[in-house]
Amino acid sequence: MTEVWITIAGLAATTLAIKAAGPLALGGRELPRGAFAVIGLLAPALLTALIVTDTFANGRELTVDARAAGLAVAAVAVLLRAPLLVVVLVAAVGAAATRAVS
Amino acid sequence: MTRLASYRPGLKAGVGFAFATFVLGVSFGVLAEPLMGQVAPIVMSAVVFAGAAQFGATAVLAAGGDAFTAIAAGTMLNARFLPMGVAAATGLRGRPLRRAAEGQAIVDASWALAVRGENGFDRELMLGATIPQYPAWVAGTVLGVLGGSALGDPEALGLDAIFPAFFLGLLAAELGRPRAVAAALLGGAIALTLTPFLPPGLPVLLASSAALIGLWADR
Repeated sequence: MTEVWITIAGLAATTLAIKAAGPLALGGRELPRGAFAVIGLLAPALLTALIVTDTFANGRELTVDARAAGLAVAAVAVLLRAPLLVVVLVAAVGAAATRAVS
Repeated sequence: MTRLASYRPGLKAGVGFAFATFVLGVSFGVLAEPLMGQVAPIVMSAVVFAGAAQFGATAVLAAGGDAFTAIAAGTMLNARFLPMGVAAATGLRGRPLRRAAEGQAIVDASWALAVRGENGFDRELMLGATIPQYPAWVAGTVLGVLGGSALGDPEALGLDAIFPAFFLGLLAAELGRPRAVAAALLGGAIALTLTPFLPPGLPVLLASSAALIGLWADR
């Protein structure tokens, strides 16, 4: 149980520091043009990385399982311009249905 | 009044996100309760407030890892907040302590909503969108801890598919920007390629380097 509380305290501290670092170092300062071009592309790069690791990674292993089915259904919902909440719900239903039949 | 009104679009979007955050909070509570008991998961959600890191650290502890390894895993999953914080900093003003405090409102959904590419960062949009998500995350955890066993297996309910679907919806809104598709494909490829070789979390952090194509395409 001590390990749990040490983990909570340690993770709270590192999270706080990581989130504060950028705003402390750069806040309110003008950045060169090139920096904005890079910063603007962080979102698509990071979001795609999160999508593929949350869907296909199992620790260090790559797998295709029910999560991929959920993502496929979500992609269809995105293409149909469904609201974010609908996208999320159909993904859960898609993954659950895939698990139920497999 | 005008100052309050400037937060309204963010709050409105945040209420939409809050439902997904709540459901994720429930699944965290369900997964953490057998390992940590009832109080610790709720405290963790209240003081850490970072879903992926909490899931990651909990998974390490559940697998028998020690606190140091769990903190390291959670911190690596949070490392993406470093480049995100750099982007957010362009929209934050005021004294250092205030900027650092506002930086705590950086969560994936709010950040993705507020980032404006080369046009900077919408501070009010991010803060407004995070405000409903914090209580939703903590309340979801409480419900998961207390009633988790009644809800059944989170995987059978497909809850683990919520995160990627959520990020996909956010990504779709980003792709209109020049070179965004290239950055997305490159970021995804980097993450997938590195996953077998590095601890979880690091591939996502290193995938942020895909954004460097913004430099090279300018010439």
